[in-house]
Amino acid sequence: MKDNIMLSVKNLSITFGGLHAVENFNLDIRENELYGLIGPNGAGKTTIFNLLTGVYKPTTGSITLNGVNKIEGKNTIEINKMGIARTFQNIRLFNQLTVHDNVKIALQNKYRYSTISGILRLTRYRRYEALMDEEALALLKVFNLENEATMKSSNLPYGKQRKLEIARAIATNPKVLLLDEPAAGMNENETKELMNTIKLVKDKFNMTILLIEHDMKLVKGICEELTVLNFGKVLAQGPTDEVLKNKEVIKAYLGE
Amino acid sequence: MDLLKKRQLKKFRYNLSTYLMIIIAYAIIMLLSFQGKISSLLNGLLVPFCTYSILAVSLNLVVGISGELSLGHAGFMCIGAFSSAIFTRYMKFLGVEGLYLFVIAIIIGAVSAAVFGLLIGIPVLRLKGDYLAIVTLAFGEIIKNIVNAIYLGFDEHGAHISLKNAMDLGLSDKGFIVIKGAQGITGTPHYSSFTAGVILLLIVVTIILNLINSRTGRNIKALRDNRIAAESVGISAMKYKLIAFIIASSMAGVAGVLYAHNLTTLTALPKNFGYNMSITILVFVVLGGMGKIRGSIIAAVILTLLPEMLRSLQDYRMLIYSIVLICVMIFTSAPSMKQYIEVAKSKLKHIRKSFSKSKEGI
Repeated sequence: MKDNIMLSVKNLSITFGGLHAVENFNLDIRENELYGLIGPNGAGKTTIFNLLTGVYKPTTGSITLNGVNKIEGKNTIEINKMGIARTFQNIRLFNQLTVHDNVKIALQNKYRYSTISGILRLTRYRRYEALMDEEALALLKVFNLENEATMKSSNLPYGKQRKLEIARAIATNPKVLLLDEPAAGMNENETKELMNTIKLVKDKFNMTILLIEHDMKLVKGICEELTVLNFGKVLAQGPTDEVLKNKEVIKAYLGE
Repeated sequence: MDLLKKRQLKKFRYNLSTYLMIIIAYAIIMLLSFQGKISSLLNGLLVPFCTYSILAVSLNLVVGISGELSLGHAGFMCIGAFSSAIFTRYMKFLGVEGLYLFVIAIIIGAVSAAVFGLLIGIPVLRLKGDYLAIVTLAFGEIIKNIVNAIYLGFDEHGAHISLKNAMDLGLSDKGFIVIKGAQGITGTPHYSSFTAGVILLLIVVTIILNLINSRTGRNIKALRDNRIAAESVGISAMKYKLIAFIIASSMAGVAGVLYAHNLTTLTALPKNFGYNMSITILVFVVLGGMGKIRGSIIAAVILTLLPEMLRSLQDYRMLIYSIVLICVMIFTSAPSMKQYIEVAKSKLKHIRKSFSKSKEGI
């Protein structure tokens, strides 16, 4: 099963006016693989995430999930239901709500009940709320957040906010998880902990992960394959060790 | 799980205290009125208390919970008031009267306001930003002016509508005019009572509190906090914002029904259905606290009572009223004041704890 291609991107391009933000981007991620996407600022990494999640519509190219599902042209909500979840470069939590509610909201597609049964507190409401409570708490336990469950999410320390964002993405039960600079703004210890969390998520939920990151220690430590992007174009692609030895990559991104 | 239980208990207590507050206030007022100790001024304010509380609570769903600004809440109230009053006035003309008509009138008011909520919400809630405020502001004024211009009458041929004058309706001898332009509807049956108002308020509060704590309510709050993140976990912004807006407008319609059947003459003036009224309702919500249902009710009651209490000051009334408003706003939202309240709260908690401990010791 390891060689089953989970996410396949072919000839993806997008132009904003005259700017070619992403040009002829190709990517194949196998199931349960941890794939890294690196490159200097403005290279188009987040734009690719936005294309994958339907925030932008590609000018050309195709995106296929699990070999059958066409992603391009769909909107964010449909894409999430198909199985792609993401986190954001600048943390986007539901600030006024509790940690537990943040995860519960992400479970809303799985446990659907109507507005009416919510207002009238019908059996469906009671049964599903109990199930959601349990499942959300179980998920928080995986991320070591169960003691903060009733805290307002904006009051969490930075590292835990990152974790909560990942937990929330996992709660939508995705096939592919996109992490946008999860280690940004973290110190060394927090980064180490995050690395373990990401590994744990990959193994425990059998997740396919695409990761944008600037922290080279983290990239070297956990990514199996890499793509280096520069000015919207692919500079190098392949197993992590090989790519990081590539002369052009060193010149453009890592520094000699 | 313990933490969650505690939190749920806290929520339950908050909800319970909201219901109890309404019921106890109702009981006290009923007791006093049986003893005849209520002034005629207060007596006249009882139904408005309920009307404005319903309006404030429902607007809180849009402004506080859903995070959209609506400046035309009085417009939906106007629709509820007039659509239901046309019905009950026509029934009175046919010789049918009875309290069950009031129930039907409430449903008519709620549904017609909800339909207008839907018509406005569908195009406007697609947009990001403050467009809802602009459109609802215009909507409120348009509805008020249309109602002021309309003539509506019934005879054996059915309904006649005109925008010119009563003669233009061309009614037969047996016909009768329901809406007489700017003079509005006269002779609406007096169905509203304090009891009916409190029952409606309790229903509205129950619906909103249950909604907030359900999947739909959480999705609405998620959209308020972060629309992009909410969409990334599969929540349709349009759908849930629309649900909140429609529920709120239908409740404003219900408030309108209550308002219309408390008066014998129903006219659309700037005072009762205009922009000023919409802003007054918004003031209730802001003063009571965004998203705080209990606060909205308290603010609505106090701010309805205040201008009446200040009546003896005559011309200075509105001046004092606005000064009080500004003071309350400053006191409740100033950071230093908030800090002071927090400290007081924690001290109180501490005292309570040590008190219960000393009790255990004995």
